Amino acid sequence: MSSTLASTGTEGKTWGGGSAPLKASYGKMMMWFFIVSDALTFSGFLAAYGFSRFKYIESWPIADEVFTHVPFVHGQELPMIYVAFMTFVLIMSSVTMVLAVDAGHHMKKAKVTWYLFLTIIGGLIFVGSQAWEWATFIKGDYGAVQTKGGQILQFVDADSGQRLALRDFAKPIESEREQHLAKNGIWFEGEGAHTTFNLQEVIAGMEAHPNVLVRTQTLDAAGQKTLLNRESSLTQIKTNGKQVVEGANLKVNEYGSPLFADFFFFITGFHGFHVFSGVVINIIIFFNVILGTYERRKNYEMVEKVGLYWHFVDLVWVFVFTFFYLV
Amino acid sequence: MAIFRGLIKFKSNTQKIWGVLIFLTIVTAVEVVLGIYKPPVLMTALMSPFDGGFGATLANVFLSPFIFLKPLNLIFILLTLVKAYYITWDFMHMRDETTALRRMVVWTAVFLVAYLIFILLQEGGYIESIYSSGYIRRDF
Repeated sequence: MSSTLASTGTEGKTWGGGSAPLKASYGKMMMWFFIVSDALTFSGFLAAYGFSRFKYIESWPIADEVFTHVPFVHGQELPMIYVAFMTFVLIMSSVTMVLAVDAGHHMKKAKVTWYLFLTIIGGLIFVGSQAWEWATFIKGDYGAVQTKGGQILQFVDADSGQRLALRDFAKPIESEREQHLAKNGIWFEGEGAHTTFNLQEVIAGMEAHPNVLVRTQTLDAAGQKTLLNRESSLTQIKTNGKQVVEGANLKVNEYGSPLFADFFFFITGFHGFHVFSGVVINIIIFFNVILGTYERRKNYEMVEKVGLYWHFVDLVWVFVFTFFYLV
Repeated sequence: MAIFRGLIKFKSNTQKIWGVLIFLTIVTAVEVVLGIYKPPVLMTALMSPFDGGFGATLANVFLSPFIFLKPLNLIFILLTLVKAYYITWDFMHMRDETTALRRMVVWTAVFLVAYLIFILLQEGGYIESIYSSGYIRRDF
């Protein structure tokens, strides 16, 4: 390599070219600069989340009440446990990645292969967990009623203080209303899927069960949602109730402000896409390692560069974890 | 080879990596436990805002982490920065890069992100004040 470089007579002069003051290869430096720009993108998203949250600081959903599920465990509220597990999986896969890089420095092909394999498995477990988390979030849990002003009203059992799901008290009413499909009209568009219950059924259920109270989005001084008394619960539902909301999507969200769901989908989705592409890149590098590409090249710097990206994904998750689930 | 400013020495790079993993796991565990139990002591801000002239405003700005932030959230943010430091310095080997490369990456990001956070949170707080002072009604 060096024999192909012509001597320019500028050796030892800082600005003469041909020197590498940062002592990093081109590829590694570019990976760092990409990471800086990507970090700014993520910061933009998280800061925008902060903006919306500050805007609705008095009514933002409480994350501990939203993410309470753990796979295979039913009927228990376990906030944070599953996200903590996901965080640990991602940190662990970061560790196996750094071990692969370290093994690469010592030119140990078998070890690099093994550690990269573990890293890929960790990444897949994480992406799978995130998919499950999304599915649970979209499906929803208790259901709620949205008011004309876009506020979310949730239901609480007056006796136990526990949340009530719509299916626990709503009273089914026989009706002829069918879902309108696009094929039934000439120029109309089809409507979205119907919720399990409609507003009339929820109101009828509330009247039949005297223990049902309404909880508004507004947070009180102690950081808890405001509970209305029986009388104002009924008035609120009857005068302001507009539609039943089950689960969450980009338009409505049974947990509270629709923006919460939008940011959840966007930020964890963007991060999940990073993890996914990281897994794909890791797989490519994994096969290159097996084929002996880096053995012939006599250095494993490619593993190091991919490792930088992988650690960065972990780094972003640390922040998402804090600002979405903890703070 | 060392973390905590050389307080703990490791025999090999591999050992250091496991040391960092244990540390990061402990920090995450502390965060989760605090997040689940939310000790009431940490749920109210340490100081109340100063009232008065320019000096009070200035004090509010400089002491904002203690005035406008619950201690619990302050702890979460600090622990996150600690984790970010060890991921970058030990997993991404920032410790071994030249000072110039380190500054290029870290200072650029830190300055821009700090500015972005300030400007957006300030604006969010202002809009919240518009809502809460009753110019726009949302509670129907």
